[in-house]
Amino acid sequence: MQLTNFAYLGVLSFILLGTIWLEFMVGARVLRKPLRLVMAITPVFLGLVVWDIYAISQGHWWFNEKYVTGWQIGIVPIEELLFFIVVPLAAIYSFEAVRAVKQWQVGDEL
Amino acid sequence: MSYTQIGILAVLFAVFLDLFILKTRILRKPVWWISYLIVVFFQFITNGTLTGFAIVQYDPKFNLGENFYSNTPPLIGDGRLFFAPVEDLLFGFSMCLSAIGLWVYFGRKGIQNLPISNTSQKMRERFKFLR
Repeated sequence: MQLTNFAYLGVLSFILLGTIWLEFMVGARVLRKPLRLVMAITPVFLGLVVWDIYAISQGHWWFNEKYVTGWQIGIVPIEELLFFIVVPLAAIYSFEAVRAVKQWQVGDEL
Repeated sequence: MSYTQIGILAVLFAVFLDLFILKTRILRKPVWWISYLIVVFFQFITNGTLTGFAIVQYDPKFNLGENFYSNTPPLIGDGRLFFAPVEDLLFGFSMCLSAIGLWVYFGRKGIQNLPISNTSQKMRERFKFLR
């Protein structure tokens, strides 16, 4: 294994580090709502895994073995599985940060 | 089904989910569109990295592209935008809209919907210039 094998994981770390500070600096309270987070992300995660399995098996896309670890569950690289968690999390952070800064209501306020 | 077709279906499904199934209707709120603009900006950077270095490769049989690239694809053109297949925008849009829609839905159902006003006044002051 070489350092380049962690390229995809590196991109994921960048996304995670690029958003998680919003929890503390802007008041986007996301990690502090773990149950709600799991309930929101799980269905999306499962749907994307099905899509990914279909796309990989049909040959819509594949991964350059130079830039992934090769760790897989079935035909799905773990990078992809992490992507389907990290990116929805980042989207929720973006949403919560915007509403915290703008003080906008979205209808789930107490 | 091609990537293009699945992408369009996914967007339609996510829109239907937000407007009619969950009835969260965040599509009608500026907060969604501003968040999405931020997400897309970073999608161009991160996904541009994944596709520009050909970490992920695509068969043009299943998307709008004409050619296969084992190395860097065009920045713009041949079905690509910032190196990534334009279909990735459909993928990203449906993924983010569904996740945020569900997030808001469960919040409205009373699951861990702590008030945003818990944000300390100091934090809010810091980002006042954005308001």
